[in-house]
Amino acid sequence: MRSLRSIFFLAVTLLLLAFVSSCGQAQQSQGSGGQGGEQQGGTIKVGLNLELSGAVATYGTNIKNGILLALEEINAAGGVLGMKLEPVVLDNASKAEEAMSVASKLVEQGVVAILGPATTGATKACIPVAMDNQVPLISPSATALDVTYDPQAKKVRDFIFRTCFTDPPQAIVAAEFAFNELGVKKAAILYDNGNDYSKGLYRVFKEEFTKLGGEIVAEGSFSENDQDFRPLLTRASQAGAELIYVPAYYGQVGKIIAQARELDIQVPMMGADGWDSPELVNLAGGADNLKDTYFTNHYSPADPSEKVRAFVQAYKAKYNAEPDAFAALGYETAYMLADAIKRAGKADPVAIKDALAATKDFEGITGRLSMDANHNPVKEVSIIAIVDGKQTLKAKKMAPEVKVD
Amino acid sequence: MAELVQQLINGLTLGGIYALIALGYTMVYGIIQLINFAHGDILMVAAYVAFFAITVLKVGVVPALVLAVVFCALLGVAIERIAYKPLRQAPRLAALITAIGVSLFLENGGLWLLGTDFRSFPPGTVNNYTYTLLGGTVRITSMQLLILALTLLVMVILQYIVHYTKVGKAMRAVAYDKEAAALMGINVDSVVSVTFALGSAFAAVAGVLWGLYYNTVHPLMGLMPGLKAFVAAVIGGIGIIPGAMAGGFFLGIIEALVSGYGSSELRDPVVFILLILVLLFRPAGLLGKDTVEKV
Amino acid sequence: MGYFRSKNIAIFLVIIGIYFAVDWLLEEGIITKFQQVNLMLLGINVILATSLNLIVGFTGQLALGHAGFMAIGAYVATIFTVKLGQPFALALAVGSLAAALAGVLIGLPTLRLRGDYLAIATLGFGEIIRGLAVNIEYVGGAAGIMGIPRLTTWPWLYAMTVLTVVAIKNFINSTHGRACLAVRENEIAAEAMGINTTYYKVLAFTLGAFFGGLAGGLYAHYFYLIQPSTFSFLRSFDILVMVVLGGMGSLTGSVIAAAAITLVNALLQDLALLRMVIYAALLVAVMIFRPQGLMGNKELTLNILRPRGGADRGIVGD
Repeated sequence: MRSLRSIFFLAVTLLLLAFVSSCGQAQQSQGSGGQGGEQQGGTIKVGLNLELSGAVATYGTNIKNGILLALEEINAAGGVLGMKLEPVVLDNASKAEEAMSVASKLVEQGVVAILGPATTGATKACIPVAMDNQVPLISPSATALDVTYDPQAKKVRDFIFRTCFTDPPQAIVAAEFAFNELGVKKAAILYDNGNDYSKGLYRVFKEEFTKLGGEIVAEGSFSENDQDFRPLLTRASQAGAELIYVPAYYGQVGKIIAQARELDIQVPMMGADGWDSPELVNLAGGADNLKDTYFTNHYSPADPSEKVRAFVQAYKAKYNAEPDAFAALGYETAYMLADAIKRAGKADPVAIKDALAATKDFEGITGRLSMDANHNPVKEVSIIAIVDGKQTLKAKKMAPEVKVD
Repeated sequence: MAELVQQLINGLTLGGIYALIALGYTMVYGIIQLINFAHGDILMVAAYVAFFAITVLKVGVVPALVLAVVFCALLGVAIERIAYKPLRQAPRLAALITAIGVSLFLENGGLWLLGTDFRSFPPGTVNNYTYTLLGGTVRITSMQLLILALTLLVMVILQYIVHYTKVGKAMRAVAYDKEAAALMGINVDSVVSVTFALGSAFAAVAGVLWGLYYNTVHPLMGLMPGLKAFVAAVIGGIGIIPGAMAGGFFLGIIEALVSGYGSSELRDPVVFILLILVLLFRPAGLLGKDTVEKV
Repeated sequence: MGYFRSKNIAIFLVIIGIYFAVDWLLEEGIITKFQQVNLMLLGINVILATSLNLIVGFTGQLALGHAGFMAIGAYVATIFTVKLGQPFALALAVGSLAAALAGVLIGLPTLRLRGDYLAIATLGFGEIIRGLAVNIEYVGGAAGIMGIPRLTTWPWLYAMTVLTVVAIKNFINSTHGRACLAVRENEIAAEAMGINTTYYKVLAFTLGAFFGGLAGGLYAHYFYLIQPSTFSFLRSFDILVMVVLGGMGSLTGSVIAAAAITLVNALLQDLALLRMVIYAALLVAVMIFRPQGLMGNKELTLNILRPRGGADRGIVGD
């Protein structure tokens, strides 16, 4: 019994120590953050609140790679305001409550801005932290409209920004392209019902395509862990669809395309930025299956512009992998932040927020970008056609401005 | 009609894979009454072994499959020896939590070591032929036929092992009464090891097939199939080998029909409602015999 | 059993003392925002772990659907505050009662099942709740509900946590609680002694569900949004891990384990994937070397402070 009790005592003491030391740590780093600002040639801390483990670790990891690459380049070029940008990377385990906890920790470590989370849900959980502490938060990839706009108060959330499109512009551009340029009159839509991104695109595409005079002949939804899309595809094909719109992520899209072609459904398929991955060719079962497929994206790695080529090269050199849309958005986000800090003239969160909101004609890899009144970036949508398994830039179209209700 | 047949074929294929995974669940449960939550993750390991064998070692599909099966059989035995054996006399819940721990370890270790990207087999890894039936309206691929054939083959092999070999007899004895079996001179530890090796080998077959059929490999890929296969094992009657088979096919067909005719977000709720109904009205499963609880 | 024995008064004073101490630390800003988030998470985890311990540890019914009850509490409470504009106290009460009602409805049929069958049935139930939430547009479908006012404050959280622990402790020490223990130890013997086992199983299940729902309501009103994916079976596993790690049948064990897991999680956020690998490895190691959990079925009582404290006083202290 004695030994048992001493174990309990030890455990409790250790716990208390852990808690106390965590207090100490936070205060210490707060202190050093303050000092860093005063020192000549010090550092500016940038917080990364990303999904590095758990269900959507894939997205967070690629965004992290993009951001870290950009920060490295910025620092190599002399940093911002004569100071280096120092990343503080924390994992939110793809959970909303951990995302909030991480955001608070980052604020206490004295970051000037929080980059991330990747998903809409986790980003929403961080909104109160960013707003209360007046630290700007930029999500590279949260697409839901109500992330930056508060529908209840009917106004923009001052400190929340994003780098990606919201859902509507992509779907509008896609519907126009399908109807006008591909000459499709009957379309089917397959979407991921567990995912707001996919649902939002589905809704807008349907609305826009019908408005143009087309008809949606079949629609079907699947969920995150689905592997078998043959039932849905069979239904779409038998309804006489001339095009299948699949606004989902490449992991599922690849399987959908492979299974469609396997069922001898050869109609064009179209999608959105979630398609962007070098893995898509393999997932879809080869370049032949990708004949007649198109998707809208933030940028095209095939874009002949120098910035894009340099990014793709640097990314490949550093990570030995092709950058996907998340990596590109992460990279873009870090540069956008650096640009805002420069224009703000000081490493002060509120000043950076104002500078971010005033972003105009920022030249990034995803095109010329301006922030609209609701903190949604206005930029061109690239339409990409996959030819022989390689992405080619088919067209660039200015996205229509997003109205909020 | 054609659509129904097509959905049934899709369901049977999915069910075949579920059945393969469910066999391992059911065997392990039958012998040591443990829900081995890490079983689904063995499937993931197998898919990765095959993936690396094909892309790095440049071997064919069959050697890759054999490699995956052998590797996973050894992994299964190692997991049992390290994590489960010390807990055989401990409360059952401790073993269950350990299984959850092993599962988390494999998943996150996988994410950590292998990266978070979705991988896929290079095109042309398997030659996939499509056959049409009923005047071209129904399609079945060689991959689907292969899955069904392998599932049935594994089932026959397992039935043979369990009913006609010495080790099978020992397995049945241990499942029936561990102490008595030990008294009869059966080495319980090695019988349990053999069970884990066999179960993991079947999961490995399922994992490689899954990876090829859906052409995706990811560290979290075992999570849902594992859970579903366990549900299949329970529906069929856990601890009963033909039950796992029946449960797997039943579940696969139900899933295909619900996604095909209903909507796929209703699929998981429907599966679990069915599970609860089966448990309530036939607690021992569809093929289970009602047994009297021992006092 | 006088209520005013010096020991009870001492415990009471300690509880009040902790409240004011933390309150003061919060006021003074010594507890930072980050620690505050984790303090809230800690309280919620304590409620979840102790309430599940009542079902799993004390009554011996292996349930894997606690996240389902948490979801019901969270959604119902949020509907009451956000959609219907009712006060927080009412919302919490209705949310918890709704979870308790679900506990009765689920418990009556499924508690006939034993052991692992019950486990898988309750796991299925949790997933059904989540599936329903995804399919109901009124509660936002997969996106869930956002913009929930932050009504869970330190006084609310602390009061509810203490209430839960005290209520469960008193329940266990009551006639009903003893009956639950009897069900756990030997169901057939308990029945032979005239205990209505079904009644007590459902009672424990309902009570556990009630507090699970309470934790859900508190969660929703601190973390700003709820969505179905928050309440997946993996969360049920997390809660079960706390119970088993702390020791089944030990309330203080649940409290310690819930606190330890919350803290370790918060401290290792910069390790990313490695954190989960370490967590999983530790979990396996603890189970192998201490399968009965940190505390077994013992309680950490004030006796520990007495060097010559008497012998072990049984399962739930005195």
